[in-house]
Amino acid sequence: MKYMLLMQFSEKNVDFPKLDEWKPEEIQAHIQFMKQTNAGLAAAGELVDAQGLAMPETARIVRSHSGGAPVVTEGPFPESKEWVAGWWIVDCDTEQRAIEIAAAVSAAPGPGGRPLNMPIEVRQIMAAPPTEL
Amino acid sequence: MTTFEPTVDDLLRTLAPQVAGVLTRRWGDFAAAEDAVQEALLAAAMQWPAEGVPRNPRGWLVQVASRRMTEQVRSEQARRRREELVAGQVPADRRSAPGADTGDESAHDDTLALLFLCCHPVLSPASAIALTLRSVGGLTTGEIAAAFLVPEATMGQRISRAKQRIKASGVPFRMPDSAAWPARLDAVLHVLYLIFNEGYASSTGPELRRVELSREAIRLTRSVHTLLPDNAEVAGLLALMLLTEARGPARTGPDGELVPLAEQDRSRWDTVAIAEGVALITAALPRGPVGPYQVQAAIAAVHDEAPTAAETDWPQILALYGVLTRISDNPLITLNRAVATAMVDGPAAGLALLADPPPALAGHHRLYAVRAHLHQLAGDREAAMADYRAAARRTASLPERHHLSLCAARLATRAGR
Repeated sequence: MKYMLLMQFSEKNVDFPKLDEWKPEEIQAHIQFMKQTNAGLAAAGELVDAQGLAMPETARIVRSHSGGAPVVTEGPFPESKEWVAGWWIVDCDTEQRAIEIAAAVSAAPGPGGRPLNMPIEVRQIMAAPPTEL
Repeated sequence: MTTFEPTVDDLLRTLAPQVAGVLTRRWGDFAAAEDAVQEALLAAAMQWPAEGVPRNPRGWLVQVASRRMTEQVRSEQARRRREELVAGQVPADRRSAPGADTGDESAHDDTLALLFLCCHPVLSPASAIALTLRSVGGLTTGEIAAAFLVPEATMGQRISRAKQRIKASGVPFRMPDSAAWPARLDAVLHVLYLIFNEGYASSTGPELRRVELSREAIRLTRSVHTLLPDNAEVAGLLALMLLTEARGPARTGPDGELVPLAEQDRSRWDTVAIAEGVALITAALPRGPVGPYQVQAAIAAVHDEAPTAAETDWPQILALYGVLTRISDNPLITLNRAVATAMVDGPAAGLALLADPPPALAGHHRLYAVRAHLHQLAGDREAAMADYRAAARRTASLPERHHLSLCAARLATRAGR
């Protein structure tokens, strides 16, 4: 079964400064942890995809417009307090395992080496209809 | 979910290792055998449920997989033959542009004609790149898809649509006539440059370097240079690629982090590639006319010939950027020129050049990154930090985001925060 582990960054559910305000060694430890985690998932044959998204500064909101050209709103949005930072897509046998992986990435180290405890949303990816026998 | 009848799937799972064993013994290449078996299994999974299981299923699979192996070996041999043919060609004449009425199409003209076709301006850059890698480079769709991190089906579709596009536009398979030649050659060189760039500084994804693509671009450009030895821009592009690729091993640190040019361990540069690149550009420049690839190669050569970053001949680089600005309208040149100006006349002079950037650079992460670097040189820590952070928030490259964040963090640490 495939699951998407969604890292939803929200200013209200974190209690740490932005990454570029950490100490250099804290940033490096965080990057190392993420790399090792992904390498481990790949080695276990569970990693389908892992992507990080560019920051909201480069985001665009697009709405089609019945009157003519679509409306494109440019970021950054000072009022946007939440954004998707990135995701993993994992293929594992049980929901329990997906939750385990989510817990592992949630514990990525931050300032002072303490786990960030970022909330990770675990969503099952919809698949083909069940086989009828 | 179980039935008591063994299904086709069960049968295939039982037979797969046996068939792979037979083929590996017969051909001595497990990886290829395994691939061939996969294809045979796929064929069986599609045919057997509809047509019934053959009387000798194992024999059927061995036969189909063996046929696949033979085809693979043949296409591998054909690719090698093509490469040897291209690499070993000595052009029959020394004209850079054969006339449109050249009746005698030799093998090397075929290769060039194929390149001109694959890089035709009717195609989008992405389509031209894919088609060139497959038709001229001899890569499989799967290999190309992997290099660009897209699903194989997507790449297959891109390639077949590119072929349809060429067919529909009625572009003939022959050399462009002399009037169209320069523009068409520019298109070819641009596609080769894009392939190299994609491999050298992958603009997306977690991996910084995709070596195979840059090597492939060098291989293709080398064959064009063999076919058109008198063309200075072709030589310039090949030199630029070699001189850039030479720095590759020093460009990333032990943990895959970006290492800027000034901080690279120059003992890790590829001296053989540098020597070849320098020789190529030195021979090409006096031949003229001087084009943007030659100037960029000349700049890369000045960097590569400096034993240490401190010994870089910045006045010469600045002069070369002056030339480049006159013959090319790429806005990114402004940024590199600002850096060279800062190294010659001080950071304030560099920053002054960027005070009123061209619209194409507004909001571009590299504008912030260069400004940050110049502010840092000027000793303005706060401005440098703010610009590094702004650049980090705007880049779409993960290694670059990490690098820029680290630059900001190091400054903050030194400021005692």
